[in-house]
Amino acid sequence: MREINVDTITDEVARLCIEACYYLGDDVLAALKKARANEPSPVGQAVLDQILQNAEIASRGELPLCQDTGLTVVFLELGQEVHIVGGSLYEAIQAGVRKGYKEGYLRKSVVEKPFSARINTGDNTPAVIHTEIVPGDRLKITVAPKGGGSENMSYLRMFSPAAGRQGIIDWVVECVDKSGANPCPPIIVGVGIGGTIERTTLIAKKALLRPVGQPHPDPEVAEMEAEILERVNKLGIGPQGLGGRTTALAVHVETFPCHIASMPAAVNIQCHSARHKEVVI
Amino acid sequence: MAAIKITTPLTDEVIEQLHAGDNVLITGTIYVGRDAAHKRLVAALDAGEELPFDPRGQIIYYMGPSPARPGRPIGSAGPTTSYRMDPYAPRLLEVGLKGMIGKGNRSQPVREAMQKYKAVYFAAIGGAAALIANSIKEAEVIAYPDLGAEALRRLRVEDFPAVVVNDIYGNDAYEMGKAQYREVDG
Repeated sequence: MREINVDTITDEVARLCIEACYYLGDDVLAALKKARANEPSPVGQAVLDQILQNAEIASRGELPLCQDTGLTVVFLELGQEVHIVGGSLYEAIQAGVRKGYKEGYLRKSVVEKPFSARINTGDNTPAVIHTEIVPGDRLKITVAPKGGGSENMSYLRMFSPAAGRQGIIDWVVECVDKSGANPCPPIIVGVGIGGTIERTTLIAKKALLRPVGQPHPDPEVAEMEAEILERVNKLGIGPQGLGGRTTALAVHVETFPCHIASMPAAVNIQCHSARHKEVVI
Repeated sequence: MAAIKITTPLTDEVIEQLHAGDNVLITGTIYVGRDAAHKRLVAALDAGEELPFDPRGQIIYYMGPSPARPGRPIGSAGPTTSYRMDPYAPRLLEVGLKGMIGKGNRSQPVREAMQKYKAVYFAAIGGAAALIANSIKEAEVIAYPDLGAEALRRLRVEDFPAVVVNDIYGNDAYEMGKAQYREVDG
């Protein structure tokens, strides 16, 4: 058994929270620059220029990319040969979020008593943690702060299998269309197909972690991604919804086997401030 | 397109000159409130109480900033999505509010209230929060400090960049922009 101390985990989570909120990934920057080169709308071009300029200002480390530094979503891939020592793994992660959001001057955006008093917890905890046990003796931590504006534009539908490929494609395009300017386009569209109600939403969110525009390894899925992207970018929504051809930078689809009676599908939209950082300990 | 420079408080004469799609640079005092602050503002109106600020001619910016670092007036400060304030906005327009800044579509009742009371809705660029912060020169919490990031604030802004989305003539910049580039039916 390889030992990992909880203090290391806390420090790493804190660092990842801060880095995710200040430094946009190279894949996102490259996709935004490519979109700027191809965008015909003058307003769209101006918006993309300002988004790129904003990323440059944020990278100086004084002001986060977006004031909405999100609800912190943490994905763990925990090697089964790892022994966590010195305390609780989940408490260590929450402590890391607390530390990162304080030291990084990040906004605390979490309230408890969601349908009544809505009291801010004051330290952005609790993070939502997803754990997967995997072979090996490493711990991979991915921190993905998720803003409320894009998360609110999420959809779930339990399709009848007869709806087929086309049924899902039409629905995803419809979801993006009705979301309009709300989720801060240009967006990344995460789609989950298959599994159960909770699995399909989880893989829709995980799809957002893939490097922007990297096609799914299965050609059938990759083809579907390309088809949805083309249709989405014909909607005319454009950067910030002010009109143009860049509504989405990418569409990422993930699939999972499902029940013979079912074909669940989920859409989770990511704004252009697509923030996630990872570490392997 | 050259930006139109406007200063607060907004007069009807200024409002009448603004059209959907215009770029504006706003200078002067603006107020900041989002979900929780709006709930309290409207509750105060319902109870017949005075608001923490005189809304007449003023602009409310839907925003909850990240914390200010020492030496800065404010942290990152981009707009939040506006539709969540739709249930409250007509009441504030009724008592003289002249402008709102946010992002995303407004409901039909809000659009009608804007025409009725002569007010405009501006969009700021969502996610350009660090860039926008540079146009904010002063910030102070004026009410509801217990709400943290959602407290009611007063800002002094210089050349704050925004786009007119809904003007008093019933136009909508989102609809106009989308129609121009849409390649699908419906």
